[in-house]
Amino acid sequence: MAEEVRIVLRNYGKIDPLNIDDYINAGGYKGLEKARSMSQEAVIEEVRKSGLRGRGGAGFNAGTKWKFSYRAVADEKYVVCNADEGEPGTYKDRIIMENDPQSVLEGMAICGYAIGSRKGYIYCRGEYPYVVDILNQAIAQAKEKGILGDFDIEVRMGAGAYVCGEESALIESIEGHRGSPRFKPPYPPAEGLWQKPTIVNNVETFANIPIIMEKGSDWYAGIGAKSYPGTKIMTLTGDVVNRTFIEIPTDVTIRQVIYDFGGGIREGKKFKAVQIGGTSGGFIPESLLDTSIDFDSMGAIGATLGSGAVFVMDETRDLVDVTERISKFFEHESCGKCAPCREGTKRMHEMMTRLNAGQGKADDLEQIEQLGSVMSRACLCGLGQAAPSPVLTTLEHFRNEYMEKLG
Amino acid sequence: MSDYAKIISPYKDLPGGIIEAYHALQNKYNYIPEDAIAVAADMFDISLSQAYGVATFYSYFKIGPRGRYVIRICESAPCHVAGADDVIAALEKELGISMGETTEDGKFTLEFAECVGQCQGTPVITINSQPYVNVEPEKVGEILAACK
Ligand SMILES: Cc1cc2nc3c(=O)[nH]c(=O)nc-3n(C[C@H](O)[C@H](O)[C@H](O)COP(=O)(O)O)c2cc1C
Ligand code: SF4
Ligand code: FES
Repeated sequence: MAEEVRIVLRNYGKIDPLNIDDYINAGGYKGLEKARSMSQEAVIEEVRKSGLRGRGGAGFNAGTKWKFSYRAVADEKYVVCNADEGEPGTYKDRIIMENDPQSVLEGMAICGYAIGSRKGYIYCRGEYPYVVDILNQAIAQAKEKGILGDFDIEVRMGAGAYVCGEESALIESIEGHRGSPRFKPPYPPAEGLWQKPTIVNNVETFANIPIIMEKGSDWYAGIGAKSYPGTKIMTLTGDVVNRTFIEIPTDVTIRQVIYDFGGGIREGKKFKAVQIGGTSGGFIPESLLDTSIDFDSMGAIGATLGSGAVFVMDETRDLVDVTERISKFFEHESCGKCAPCREGTKRMHEMMTRLNAGQGKADDLEQIEQLGSVMSRACLCGLGQAAPSPVLTTLEHFRNEYMEKLG
Repeated sequence: MSDYAKIISPYKDLPGGIIEAYHALQNKYNYIPEDAIAVAADMFDISLSQAYGVATFYSYFKIGPRGRYVIRICESAPCHVAGADDVIAALEKELGISMGETTEDGKFTLEFAECVGQCQGTPVITINSQPYVNVEPEKVGEILAACK
């Protein structure tokens, strides 16, 4: 049976999150101290070599990203922690921030040192006011101790827009604007917050950094899958026995996640489908459960690791109904900036409603596939590009459910 | 200085601070008073339409009155399959209003929400941002009774 490996959550349940001395006594801030004894290039190289890739969904090598900002010449640079966590079924960043806020601050400070930034922002979703309180207390304690040196961290609150998790939309939001994604390039590491070089990383990404600095890149690169090393926190929802969170090496398979950690399907029922990575992820059938959860293996089966949400559905679930619900989410969350998404999510929801109500025609299935394939290519940001994925993957793997509902 | 200006002014010099100012207003009133938007536009030196544009973009903000207790029901997929519809039906029945409405006494407002990040305990509702997990339709009366 597969076992949990707690790296990011190493202090979970062991320290008082609101007592910085607890964190320090558990070895906290050694990573920052070590980083500061190294050159900036050496820190970045260490992070790059560890193979750590972004835990917010896009899977970009963290060290490589940092190098862009390090090399950019500017009077000011920013470090932004993406704590917008809006992907349905996901609450892993909340678990990290509630239980070990200092690890996130330390990760940000190491990034600040590496790229030459003195100012960090944590953009925390508005639905987590209690987390904002914890972060502010943690920052106050770190400042009092002077442990962050001249690196300052400020918390900003989101306000219920899923698209603000997209890094350029997030930046717009910190600037006090509507959270619409920007045209790219330029990318944030070159030109981000207030046009300055900006590193945006996910909470879980930052929380990995201190321990990588402390234990070294070789140690980290040896854990889990080769091309996406380390661990991933997964949050299990739906029809699994254990609706809980786990931290596992990235070479664990989906089947192990559901059966070893999730305890299998509730009430002795049979498995039907699992959607991984949140509401924008693909639906996965039984035949693909032996895939390992790392970024590339998931991509190879047309699915995503995304945020690490694992939404399990048993044999009784109506996938057309679930997919309709998801299509409403995207219509609601589309920011409206580009036509393929603004119009596409609306039409897609319309067609899904019709299909779910038993009034769809065989034509609709083809149209919806065509629309989906256009959207995945023509939409400006990841929201519109990923929106068709639940529809397309259910059509691919569970087409019979649609056929049975045709009017 | 008006009350609104007093609430907004601490954020006036914060770069991009208008969203924080809106949070402060909503903390105080449970919604953003319409007139406060004009005050914010003034203080942040942006046009009224820009100030509106920001406030209306974010679904966590609500312009104009709502109840003292804002109940939001998560209808994202995991809560949906866990029976969010039954919780909605129970809340509507108990309060005698439909989703999106406010009770006549101005005490309760019912709103839809997407995932609020408490998915370990679906279905989930929040009352003035405080989460309630594993909500059963039969428990709705009890939860409401605790809102004094
Ligand atoms: C619609 C949309 C929503 C996103 N939401 C989040 C989010 O809630 N948290 C997050 O870290 N990244 C989110 N991302 C990914 C970010 O754009 C970005 O890739 C990430 O924050 C980079 O950090 P990482 O490299 O550490 O993963 C989202 C992307 C899109 C397109
Ligand atoms: S894809 Fe959708 S969310 Fe992204 S910019 Fe276009 S309209 Fe906005
Ligand atoms: S899905 Fe309802 S709280 Fe996350």
